[in-house]
Amino acid sequence: MSPRLPAPPIPDQLKSAPQRAGEGDGKKSALDHGVEAGVSAVDWIDERTSLSGGLRWMMFRKVPKGTNWFYTLGSATMFAFLSQAVTGVFLAMYYTPSATQAYESTRYITNEAFLGEFVRGMHKWGSTVMVILIFVHMARTFFFGAYKYPRELNWVIGVVLLVLTMTMSFTGYLLPFDQRSYWATIVGVNINGTGPIVGPYLSDFLRAGPEFGATTLSRFYAIHMLLVPGAIAALMGAHLYLVARLGTTAPPWIKAETSDELATDEV
Amino acid sequence: MNRREKEEYLRKYSILKNKGKPFFPYAVGKDAAMACVVMIAIILMSLTFGAELGPKADPTTTTYVPRPEWYFFFLFELLRVIKPANFTPLATIGIPTICLILLFLLPFYDRNPERRPLRRPIATTAGILTIAAIAYLTYLGASAGSPTQIELKTPARYEAGALVAAQSGCLACHKFGENGNSGPGPNLSHIGARLPKQAIARTLINPTSPMPSYKDLPPEKFNELVNFLAQLK
Repeated sequence: MSPRLPAPPIPDQLKSAPQRAGEGDGKKSALDHGVEAGVSAVDWIDERTSLSGGLRWMMFRKVPKGTNWFYTLGSATMFAFLSQAVTGVFLAMYYTPSATQAYESTRYITNEAFLGEFVRGMHKWGSTVMVILIFVHMARTFFFGAYKYPRELNWVIGVVLLVLTMTMSFTGYLLPFDQRSYWATIVGVNINGTGPIVGPYLSDFLRAGPEFGATTLSRFYAIHMLLVPGAIAALMGAHLYLVARLGTTAPPWIKAETSDELATDEV
Repeated sequence: MNRREKEEYLRKYSILKNKGKPFFPYAVGKDAAMACVVMIAIILMSLTFGAELGPKADPTTTTYVPRPEWYFFFLFELLRVIKPANFTPLATIGIPTICLILLFLLPFYDRNPERRPLRRPIATTAGILTIAAIAYLTYLGASAGSPTQIELKTPARYEAGALVAAQSGCLACHKFGENGNSGPGPNLSHIGARLPKQAIARTLINPTSPMPSYKDLPPEKFNELVNFLAQLK
């Protein structure tokens, strides 16, 4: 009765052999019942959302031949972002964004909370990993000419994501509120202030006033954990949609053979 | 790209795409393997380097010379490479803004349909030079050493003076051996050989602009500083 879900195109050697006639005793095992329940639950959701079409479109689209490990850098950047999001949630459970308590709460995370230094270290070094990955991903896109027609818009979104990532590390640097982060942020905000036209306004916006004050820290915190991550997540969605829509590029040195005879010896 | 080139690209791409493999599970498998590598790298870095926490922020200190996160070093170094004061806005905002605009508009001014790196000599060279410049500036920033520490072989009785010199911001304008910036002030590695002790003390109290006066240092710190400088020969 229920529509059959299409089987994913997994390699033949991984597929289980079909049951032969006469094999088995006709009774269903607990596993079979479990599988059936799972299938009907998925069917129930799909009947009401039609999600499977989009999922199939996303997952079973073809990736051009010749695609190599360089093409994993984008998803690796996204994974680093997800790791930052998860560790960030745990840090936010203990952190207090006020000038009087920020340092104390960071000290508590680092020295006393269970696995605190480990999670804070993952967040700190995760930012380094994400910045490296996003730069290497951009270099790959540049050298492969992958920003050219029809993917120009995706390049522009990618550059916005790069700027947002740098904004994340700039705003996050202040939060531990030690000497290093405080003074580096003062210098960074002052540098913003030297910009033409919008510079002084940007500085005032970041500091929440003409001077570094009590609300500056909470402003950085809100930008760091609400505004920019939201924008990054939304733009990553757009970036991914365009990748699926336009297809991943083939490496530029792979030639498209028009006749199948020529192509067989290359595969 | 004109219309013919666009159609040509789309035609070739659809051939390549049709010969490819499905995203799931082939590309997803690679992505998952890469995600594991990223996770392991982050965990190992966290375990190895930890997360240090410096002394609490103190807005009243005037001597702390801050350093940004390492991936901002190349921007930070631009400030030091471009010395004259009236060019500072160029280093802080001018060059980064121009680079960012060039980066944004890349697909709109690079309209060459060719994609192979070796057939795009200008783009490829520009890309490699940009990476080399960023790498060089990052290296300079990383090897500049801590701006509040003087690593010199100093006799034990002068070490207090070296600490005063480091914490008073001398390194921002003077060089001590391998430490500090080579300007705008003179190199102080051998200042003791050139000036007697009294002259050093006079200069510290009544310096040539733009150097600030150090007459407000506590007398004992001032003496330690003078003794340290006078023994640099």
